Amino acid sequence: MEKTVIISLKGIKKHFPIGTGKFTALNGIDIDLAKGEFAGFVGPSGSGKTTLLNIIGSLDTPSEGKIIVLEQDISQLSSKKTALLRRHNIGFIFQTYNLLPVYTVYENVEFPLLLLKMSASERKKAVMDSLDWVGLTDKIKSRPAQLSGGECQRVAVARAMVKKPKLVLADEPTANLDSENSHHILRTMENLNKDLQTTFIFATHDDKVIKYLKRKILLEDGKVTDDNIITN
Amino acid sequence: MLAIKLAYRNLVGAGLRTWLNVIILAFILFMMIWHYGIIDGWNEQAKRDMKKWEVGNGQYWHQNYDPYDFFTLEESHAKIPEALNNVILEGSATPVLITQGSVYPDGRIQSMLLRGIEPDQKIVAIPSDKLDIISEEIPVVIGKIMAKNCKLKEGDITTIRWRDINRTFDAAEVKIVKVFNCNVPNVDAGQMYIDINTLQKMMQAPQEATIFITSDDFEKGEEILGWKYKDYDFLMTEMNEMIRIKKIGGSFVYVILMLLAMLAIFDTQVLSIFRRQKEIGTYIALGMTRKQVVSLFTVEGAMHAILAVIFVAIIGTPFLIWLASIGMTMPAGSEDLGLPISETIYPVYGAGLIVGTSVLVFTITLIVSYLPARKISKMKPTDAIKGKIQ
Repeated sequence: MEKTVIISLKGIKKHFPIGTGKFTALNGIDIDLAKGEFAGFVGPSGSGKTTLLNIIGSLDTPSEGKIIVLEQDISQLSSKKTALLRRHNIGFIFQTYNLLPVYTVYENVEFPLLLLKMSASERKKAVMDSLDWVGLTDKIKSRPAQLSGGECQRVAVARAMVKKPKLVLADEPTANLDSENSHHILRTMENLNKDLQTTFIFATHDDKVIKYLKRKILLEDGKVTDDNIITN
Repeated sequence: MLAIKLAYRNLVGAGLRTWLNVIILAFILFMMIWHYGIIDGWNEQAKRDMKKWEVGNGQYWHQNYDPYDFFTLEESHAKIPEALNNVILEGSATPVLITQGSVYPDGRIQSMLLRGIEPDQKIVAIPSDKLDIISEEIPVVIGKIMAKNCKLKEGDITTIRWRDINRTFDAAEVKIVKVFNCNVPNVDAGQMYIDINTLQKMMQAPQEATIFITSDDFEKGEEILGWKYKDYDFLMTEMNEMIRIKKIGGSFVYVILMLLAMLAIFDTQVLSIFRRQKEIGTYIALGMTRKQVVSLFTVEGAMHAILAVIFVAIIGTPFLIWLASIGMTMPAGSEDLGLPISETIYPVYGAGLIVGTSVLVFTITLIVSYLPARKISKMKPTDAIKGKIQ
């Protein structure tokens, strides 16, 4: 059966000004990503993985090219509409967790639902379900400063998943974690991918993550040099 | 609603940082209210004392009388007009005869104004009843400034000199029967009070007066030939002008306090931009619009002001009430300032002062919160997420 393409990148280029010249981070990327994929951009530092992830997540815009995410040409969207796209459909997991420091675990996970204006009872159920997925229901009153790195990243995963987005973008999610925590997080994401059919896209050069990927897109100097889909 | 909810959550979560800001703002708000309360209290007291001691509810002046030109005094007295006789008998007005004179305490000469006043008058607070005694010397009362300047005290006998209506000099011994304590320098400094009947005899000006001070129950009738009526507002013009100037001076302190409040919030907000960049980037990544982020930071700043107002209302109000009850003791020598100033000034906090100051602090806080927040909206989300200082 033909899989639904939810991300389509055509001729994506991204330049950054450096002094009087420019640095080309992405140099003509053409990729399609389908619903339910567990894919990753892999490659050395400076290859353009994070830049590409940011463009897909509508946090940045390409210098050239066209990008369709969930049927919307995000290079043409206003900043308000990209915010709405992220709010409803995209979850982010960052290398440094990016948890809101003054909020408790519960409040951090609840935050995306507040933006969606869900009722209190719906929010509570969704937050507890999400924390249950990542095994942190006993830490709901803790603040990020009271958690270990692994726990923080699990909270970040719960926050990204709580609204059941169509797409989760994870930028080096295990970079600050030990091996055990990394596998725990990755297994959690793998299960969510299977159970909810959420598309996961990673930017990573961590072998632990690469082992879990079902599709590895190798980036080198801003170009796709290999696209390896692993079929079970 | 979302901005308010999140801002509240952020402020509560920030804990000590929030409370420090709130306490600073509350302290400034408290100081502004107290400081203006003192000025208002001073003004109220000054107006009250001027009415009580000097101007009454209004005055009739002889047509030639000019309080700023003592040379007019020789020509500015006349028979008490018939139209005022009944009013005086009813106690609604009292005549005052004024002439220039000199006093010779310990052989020194000092100029003064001799004011003849009815011993039984009740319109102004001068203790004129003390003049109603039988004594070898002429009984007089003076204020404490006059007593201090002339080094006179109760019971002292001294010589005074004056001129009668024929411009003939005469002199007599007077006895200080009372040194009164008064906050109005015009009533005290260089003034000596004497029974009007005695002064009329001394000046050979029977039944004459220079001015009439009226009481609250006085109702002005028709114009009286040769006399000009000066109402309360006219007599308070100088005082009101002085208050206006004093308030302008006081405004500087008000503005400085306001600037401190602005600085506290502005500093917090600007620091927030740098310290909370990552948080801002996260908000944007999670789907907040730039406008929502600006609103959140603006509301956060404004909430500091609201919490400060609540803080002042709960903690500051009893303190302000207590300060109003004990007043502020003015330093020794403040009577030399030439302003009607009492030993203790009791602050007055009007609703306008409290509401106006609170609204002003809130508005300024809102503005200084918005300005840095607007800068946030221009931040690149990809840099903000990483916490890169821009």
